[in-house]
Amino acid sequence: MLNAEMSQATLPNLTGIVDANRRTDLVMAGIGISVLIIAMSLLAAVVIDLIVGGWPRLMNPDFYLNFPSRHPLKAGIVSAWVGTILVMLVTAGIAIPLGVGAGVYLEEYAARNWITDFIEINVSNLAGVPSIIYGLLALGLFIHGFGLGETILTAGLVLALLILPVIIVSTREAIRGIPLDLREAAYGLGADKWQTVRLYVLPAARSGILTGTIVGLARAIGEAAPVITIGALTFIAFLPPSPLQASPPFINFEWLESPFTIMPIQMFNWVSRPQAEFHINAAATGVILMLMTLAMNGIAIWLRYHLRRQIR
Amino acid sequence: MTQKIFHDQHVTQLSPKTEPPPHAQRESLAAEIRKLSFWYGETQALKEITLSIAYRKVTALIGPSGCGKSTLLRSFNRMHDLYAGNRYSGEICLFPENHNLIELDPFMVRLRIGMVFQKPNPFPKSIFENVAAGLRIQGVQNKKLLSDRVEQALRDAALWEEVKDRLSQSAYGLSGGQQQRLCIARALAPQPEILLLDEPTSALDPIATAKVEDLITDIRNRFTVIIVTHNMQQAARISDFTAYMHLGKLIEFAPTGELFTTPQETLTRDYITGRFG
Repeated sequence: MLNAEMSQATLPNLTGIVDANRRTDLVMAGIGISVLIIAMSLLAAVVIDLIVGGWPRLMNPDFYLNFPSRHPLKAGIVSAWVGTILVMLVTAGIAIPLGVGAGVYLEEYAARNWITDFIEINVSNLAGVPSIIYGLLALGLFIHGFGLGETILTAGLVLALLILPVIIVSTREAIRGIPLDLREAAYGLGADKWQTVRLYVLPAARSGILTGTIVGLARAIGEAAPVITIGALTFIAFLPPSPLQASPPFINFEWLESPFTIMPIQMFNWVSRPQAEFHINAAATGVILMLMTLAMNGIAIWLRYHLRRQIR
Repeated sequence: MTQKIFHDQHVTQLSPKTEPPPHAQRESLAAEIRKLSFWYGETQALKEITLSIAYRKVTALIGPSGCGKSTLLRSFNRMHDLYAGNRYSGEICLFPENHNLIELDPFMVRLRIGMVFQKPNPFPKSIFENVAAGLRIQGVQNKKLLSDRVEQALRDAALWEEVKDRLSQSAYGLSGGQQQRLCIARALAPQPEILLLDEPTSALDPIATAKVEDLITDIRNRFTVIIVTHNMQQAARISDFTAYMHLGKLIEFAPTGELFTTPQETLTRDYITGRFG
C-alpha cells in the first residue's frame, strides 16, 4: 500500500528527470555538431581555396623542378622542398634522440627532488615560448656564438629546440601510461632499469612517443619565424650538395653547411609580392606543404600499425 | 623426517629464541626467515616474522586481507626496493649458502628467485619471447639452449601442447588462464631457486584455476614454491606447509594437514572455520 503510493508519487517525477536529461543530451549534441561543422568548414574553405588558387601551378611539373625566379610562371619550389626535407632530417635526427632520452631520464631515472621539479616546470614552459624567441636564441648562440652560419644545420638545430619540449612531454606521458604490472614483471625476472626500459617499457610506449614526435615535427615543418630570424635566404638558385655521392664513403655532410630556404619562407616571400601571379605560386606551395605534413602523418600511422604487429 | 623437523620448527618458532638450525636441518630448507620486519614508510607491515621454507615443497601463506602475506612474499625478491620509503630489518637466509637476501643486491636476488603476480602480466611480445625473457636478461644467446629451456618451462607450466604451434604469435592472443600459465613458465624458465606465487589464481575462472593448481602439484618436487592465497581450500589442496598470518604477525606455521585439522591458536581456528576474514 505504502509502496504503491510512493511509486505513484515519484513516478511522474522520474519521467521528468529522464526527459530533462534527454533534452540536455540533445542540446549538447547539437552544440557539438555545429561547432564541428563551423571548424571543419573553415578548414575545408582554406584547403579548397589554396587548391583552387594554386591549381594552374600545381598541374605544372616545372613548378616542382624550377628554382625561384623573377617571372612568376617560371618560378618553382625545388630549393624550398629540398631545403624543408633536409632541415626536417636534421631536426628529427637531433630532437628525437634528445627528447626521448630526456623523457626517459626524467620519468625513470631522475630522483624526485626540487631540481627535477624545476626541470619539469621549465620543460613545460618551454613548450609555450613563442617560436621567434627560439630564432633570436639561435641567432645569438648558434650563429654569433658558435659561428655555424645561416645553414641547414642551424635551422635544424633551432627547430629541434622548438619541438624538444613536445617530444619530452609526450615521451613521459607514454612511459607513464605503461602499467606497473609490466615493469614488475621485468624487474621480477632480474632485469635492471635499463633492460626494463629498453626491452619492455620503450617498445610498449613507442606508439605514444611516435605520435608526440609527429605532432612536434608537423609543427616544425610549418615554422617560418625562427628560420627567418636566423637569416635563411628567400631567393636561392642552387641546391645543397647531395648527401649521397658516387665515391666512398658514399655519404657526405657538406649539405649541413649549405645555405637554404624552406617551404614556409618561400610561401611568405611570394605572398608578400604585389603581383597576383606570385600569389598563385604561394597557394600551390601551401598545398604542397600540407601534403608533406599529411605524408609525415601517414608514415607515422603506418609505422605505428607495423610496430604494433611486429613483435618478434 | 621433514615433517618432524618442521613440527619442531613450529614449536621453537613460538618461543622467542631464533638460533640458526643445525646443519642437518638446513639441507631440507630452501630458506629461513629470521625476525623479519618491514615498514612501508612509517607503517610496520611485518612484525618479526620467523619462518622456514622447506626445500622443494609448497609453502602457503594465508590470512585475512592486510595481514602482510603479500608483503612477506614480495620481500623475497625485493620488489619493495622498487619504491621509495620502504625498509626491512631481520634476515631472509637462502640455503645452502646462508646468504641474507635482504643484504644482497636486489637485482641479484631477482635473478635467483622467480615471481608470478596476481594478474597475468605477459610482455607485449611473442609467446616464445615471453618465456625466454628471463634467460635473455641473464644474457643467454645460444638458440638451442633458449629453445630447450622455453620448451621445458612451457611443459612445466602445462602450456606446451596448447601453444607449441604458435610460439611466434603475440602472448596477448592467449586466454587469461593461459596467460597466467605463460607467466609461470616465464618465471620457471631461468630455473629459480624459489618460485613466488602471489594469489596466482585470483583473476582466473575455476577451470583455469584447477589447471594452475595441477601444474603446481606437478612441479612441487622440483621447485621450492611459496604461494600466497586467499583461498583456504587452495592452500589445503596444494601446499605441504601453511603459515597463517594476522596483522603482520605469523600466528601459526605447521604442515598443512595439521594446521587445517588441529589448529593450535584461536585466531587460526576462527579464520579457517570462517568466523572472520
